[in-house]
Amino acid sequence: MSTYSATLGGRKYTFAGLASLLAAASPERSGDRLAGLAAESAQARVAARWALAEVPLARFLAEPVIPYEDDDVTRLIVDSHDPVAFAPVSALTVGDFREWLLSEAADAAALAALAPGLTPEMVAAVSKLMGNADLVAVARKVRVVTAFRSTIGLPGRLATRLQPNHPTDDPAGVAAALLDGLLLGSGDAVIGINPATDSPKAVRDLLELLDGVIDRYSIPTQSCVLCHVTTSIDLMERGAPVDLVFQSIAGTQAANASFGVTLGLLDEAYEAAKGLGRGTVGQNALYFETGQGSALSADAHHGVDQQTVEARAYAVARRYDPLLVNTVVGFIGPEYLYDGRQILRAALEDHFCGKLLGLPMGLDICYTNHADADDDDIATMLTMLGVAGASFVICTPGGDDIMLNYQSASYHDALYLREVLGLRPAPEFEAWLDGIGLLDGGGAIRDVSGTAHPLMTIGKEIAA
Amino acid sequence: MTDDRQLGQLATLVRALVAPPESDAALWASLRRHTQARIGLGRAGSALPTRHRLELQAAHAAARDAVHSPFEPDVVAAALTGVPTIRVRSAAPDRLTYLQRPDLGRRLDDIDRAHLPRDDWDLVFVVADGLSSRAVHEHAAPVIRETTALLPAEWRIAPVVLAEQARVALGDDIAQALGASMVVVLIGERPGMSAADSLGAYLTHTPRPGHTTDADRNCLSNIRPPLGLAHAAAAAKLVALMRGARELGCTGVALKDESDTALSVG
Repeated sequence: MSTYSATLGGRKYTFAGLASLLAAASPERSGDRLAGLAAESAQARVAARWALAEVPLARFLAEPVIPYEDDDVTRLIVDSHDPVAFAPVSALTVGDFREWLLSEAADAAALAALAPGLTPEMVAAVSKLMGNADLVAVARKVRVVTAFRSTIGLPGRLATRLQPNHPTDDPAGVAAALLDGLLLGSGDAVIGINPATDSPKAVRDLLELLDGVIDRYSIPTQSCVLCHVTTSIDLMERGAPVDLVFQSIAGTQAANASFGVTLGLLDEAYEAAKGLGRGTVGQNALYFETGQGSALSADAHHGVDQQTVEARAYAVARRYDPLLVNTVVGFIGPEYLYDGRQILRAALEDHFCGKLLGLPMGLDICYTNHADADDDDIATMLTMLGVAGASFVICTPGGDDIMLNYQSASYHDALYLREVLGLRPAPEFEAWLDGIGLLDGGGAIRDVSGTAHPLMTIGKEIAA
Repeated sequence: MTDDRQLGQLATLVRALVAPPESDAALWASLRRHTQARIGLGRAGSALPTRHRLELQAAHAAARDAVHSPFEPDVVAAALTGVPTIRVRSAAPDRLTYLQRPDLGRRLDDIDRAHLPRDDWDLVFVVADGLSSRAVHEHAAPVIRETTALLPAEWRIAPVVLAEQARVALGDDIAQALGASMVVVLIGERPGMSAADSLGAYLTHTPRPGHTTDADRNCLSNIRPPLGLAHAAAAAKLVALMRGARELGCTGVALKDESDTALSVG
């Protein structure tokens, strides 16, 4: 293991190995402190950044932060690295790489071509040298386009996940929330429900409800009931209407084991989902959720800081050409991200790293009630991530999820973001909204509270 | 349930839209009978009307306060008349430490560990305050009573352990100290804005502190009648899972909740 060092304020700081250097260079956050990995002082943190800036990018290929023999995610990262794609930046240090990313040379085409040549550790490293504005400026240039029945990630577009959760999975309650979301122009990324239990029957009931609505209304979107991947595989075998196969994933083999998944199991799900061919404009059929802190929570972080481990989860995700990936950024709680400031920083880092690695990154911009955050933090994060070009955000009725008991963005928040940034829904969904009279002349979602209700006509067909 | 029946339920809702009550407000009131979700809030431009914005802030404030309201083991013990109880604390000495140090909340205080009666227990219930003591005060005792009533009389059930500043994995430590082969942790879920009294139940077979992961547990969430899962329904599901766990010799992702379909596990 190499040592890395820098002198600051007359004192020499030494870091044993890349993992501890990356951890010390990370912005202050409660999870790294909990894990005993945070920099010992503010000056030590900056010294680590000086040292990190001098590290050649190629060094990350030579010194895995978790040994190749110990971890299948490391093996995936090393074995799938594309040296040809890496060539344009192979001679750069992390500090040089930051400047190159910010330069005009790093345009959308260059960044797309580079993605297979980057590893999670490289993008995590450079993110630690970047300010919040840098993370926005670079991520904004990256475009990752995926498709199933709608197209996600096009320039000038922002998709939303409509999340009509219900604490007992009551079909009528889910349907009421679903209608509310559709009336507010939401649901082009996915109509996705977190089921209250992982019971195959409950999941199947919800899948059939969503499939029925999408089919009858001819909505160009896809459904997902966010159950364990083994449940999805079982349901696909039994012929249930599965659009997207979901799984929570993390950045180490041991953390994935705590979710009950292996790469082999994900391979199996990927093949099964591809075989269904249920997409119309594309066949990206997987949906992953991630979030900083899950590896630490499972005691499976191997001494790697929580942001670097999170970036490693994106290496897992990109193996499966997903339609959607989102970081559930403030979901786990204050022991990992203490307050609105830490959650914002993590959101920008995750989005940046995911996009650079070639993923269709969206966010669940959220917080729990035991964290020090509120709805103003949601507005700040949403605005910055909108500028940064996030592919999609998760939206709940009034920003209050009554099943998972946390606060996320609301359908109203998404309307705000589209309005202030001139963003539009996915093209297929936008055409559908227009067709049922939910768009005004300027392309914004009409306020249809009152009597002239566009969904009523379609509703009559169902009621008949 | 068939596709048609579900669409039928949706159609019922949509009928309300087709023949709407006199006002928009009445329409949404009828839809809201089916969910506590904040639907039909209306708009001020793209944003929320003032009233709903303030209501959300009030709910947030109440949830923030709920996180910090203290656990009263006496309340649960009193509701469990006749059932022996033991009180323990985690290694987290206070609420602030508890919130920032999950590792301490998962570990039993050493003095308390020594006082747990070791035996060949089939099952132990652990009542853990988690993030909502209110959920525990209101729902833990009825769930324990209903569950116990459904279990075979020959099962050896340990005294109920009432645990303060506790996380789910504290149950592993407790079960090991007692020698219990299965543990049900009934824990206060984090308060949401619409639910500050939601109880979660985590079932773990042969827990081993330091080795057992979340994938080794089965979870029932949102136990909070009348709006969430009912006590009796939670008990029935728990007992079905426990029987399945005994057959399989484990809990976790291999054990599916098939109680709705009455299929056997495995």
